[in-house]
Amino acid sequence: MTANQLVRFVAKPVVFLSALLPVAWIVWAFQAGALSANPLSDVTNETGVWTLRFLCLTLAITPLRRLTGWNLVIRFRRMIGLFAFFYGTLHFLIYVIADRFAGLLDFPDGIVAWSTVRNLLAAIGEDIYERPYITVGFTAFVLMLPLALTSTTGWIRRLGGRRWQTLHRLVYASAVGGVLHYWWLVKADVSRPQIYAVVVALLLGFRLYSARARAAAPRPSTATRSGAVAPPARSSTRTSA
Amino acid sequence: MLIKRASDLRSSEITDKKVYLGRREFIKAAAGAAAAGAGVLAGTDVLSAAGKPAPHGQKLENVQKSPLSVDPAKDKLNSWEDITTYNNYYEFGVDKDSPSLTAGRLKTSPWTVAVDGECAKKGNYSLEDILKGETLEERVYRLRCVERWSMVIPWVGFPLANLIKRMEPTSKAQFIEFQTLNDPSQMPGVQSPVLNWPYREGLRLDEAMHPLTILVVGLYGEVLPKQDGAPIRLIVPWKYGFKSAKSIVRIRFLEKQPLNTWQESAPSEYGFYSNVNPERDHPRWSQASERRIGEFFMRRTLMFNGYGDQVASLYSGMDLKKHY
Repeated sequence: MTANQLVRFVAKPVVFLSALLPVAWIVWAFQAGALSANPLSDVTNETGVWTLRFLCLTLAITPLRRLTGWNLVIRFRRMIGLFAFFYGTLHFLIYVIADRFAGLLDFPDGIVAWSTVRNLLAAIGEDIYERPYITVGFTAFVLMLPLALTSTTGWIRRLGGRRWQTLHRLVYASAVGGVLHYWWLVKADVSRPQIYAVVVALLLGFRLYSARARAAAPRPSTATRSGAVAPPARSSTRTSA
Repeated sequence: MLIKRASDLRSSEITDKKVYLGRREFIKAAAGAAAAGAGVLAGTDVLSAAGKPAPHGQKLENVQKSPLSVDPAKDKLNSWEDITTYNNYYEFGVDKDSPSLTAGRLKTSPWTVAVDGECAKKGNYSLEDILKGETLEERVYRLRCVERWSMVIPWVGFPLANLIKRMEPTSKAQFIEFQTLNDPSQMPGVQSPVLNWPYREGLRLDEAMHPLTILVVGLYGEVLPKQDGAPIRLIVPWKYGFKSAKSIVRIRFLEKQPLNTWQESAPSEYGFYSNVNPERDHPRWSQASERRIGEFFMRRTLMFNGYGDQVASLYSGMDLKKHY
């Protein structure tokens, strides 16, 4: 088996299945009654935190690659990034169902009715408008949407590496928004959001530092890389959307 | 792209050697921090667990039913498991299951409550002294947490008014303050400065004298479990749960309104009164609805937690959006 085949047929499936373990655990714990007396709150929180974890992992790929010279890790970035979007989507949907829908209070025409849809949309909109932590959390989620849509090799080609990369820097804003969202919703103890704030700050700080270092000392070997950092199209398993 | 020749490079553009060498240090530090961060992210951050229900305790004798209890047809009781595994008691940790997991170390006997301030009968009272002559009643009350969840709980206790009368407050006494135990050797949560310990809560004296306000020593006819504020706690059912101080070690009669711990921590979010009020949102979330633990659809939050008929008169003429 070549190294390429090893990545494609062994490492990638292993990473893929591992990334599904949290959601498998959440589903199991929910139906087995292994969560707290407020399981809807638990599944909302867990999926939110896993979104942040996967965002941190996504942001860790480039620093890891630069620091270790282990170029292979780049081939897992798209998958891990898409898992961040996957957990973010779950988090958002659970919020919509367990908080907004369950909190509607009135179903004037019964539950299955257009008025329910209208009231639900209004309730979501109101929350996004009125509650800063929801505003920032929702924004962080929405910013991931174009990234997930343009994650395919076809879109990288269509946009061109540099433009694609500029677009995908939105993930920085998404991570910062996610941390703020977490920070603003806790009541008094910010120690957990603080951990994510430090991790995201280090991961973004690394980029700032290395960009500055490269700008300050444009040696020939780095000058060629300073444009497009990520060549994700290389050795991809998919060719187009 | 304009490629500069070596002669075009100003000396200021050349990275300082110290910075260049420092980069390795930075990288090492960053790598170390990232590894440590990953460990923390994966390991300690379990947000939700079922907790450990309290072991069943000693049965309390001669507990009377009370007409002040809620109607069980409208408000179904929450289970012993719900009540003893899901609550806030930051002295034992900030997660809902923390009290159930760490309160076992609390030593509830012997227990002394210091009474001082504007009253004639200052002194240290043992729990037995406090309970002497009191008839225990079961009071099934709704409890509304400021975090938008609620439960229905069969407390066992007696009116706080009885104790207040025995302590003979002076004419100067307008307020009463309760203090929770603050002992790092029994309470792991107070080792971190999440709040300004000890936990303090206060009431206006007329609120404290109201027949609904009780001191609680039991749950479901048994001795109050440690995670729920044993051996003696306050319950003020028309206020958000945090007003009802747990594991009380000191009661003070005061002339001036005291500063309660949560108000001190975030004055724009938590006031002195903290009456359940669907009209006054928490700055960060709506208080118009609540999830009753065990239910999917939320309920409309009731003014004064549904105890308006009994307590609204305490606040006549007051702007409760201002005095939140």
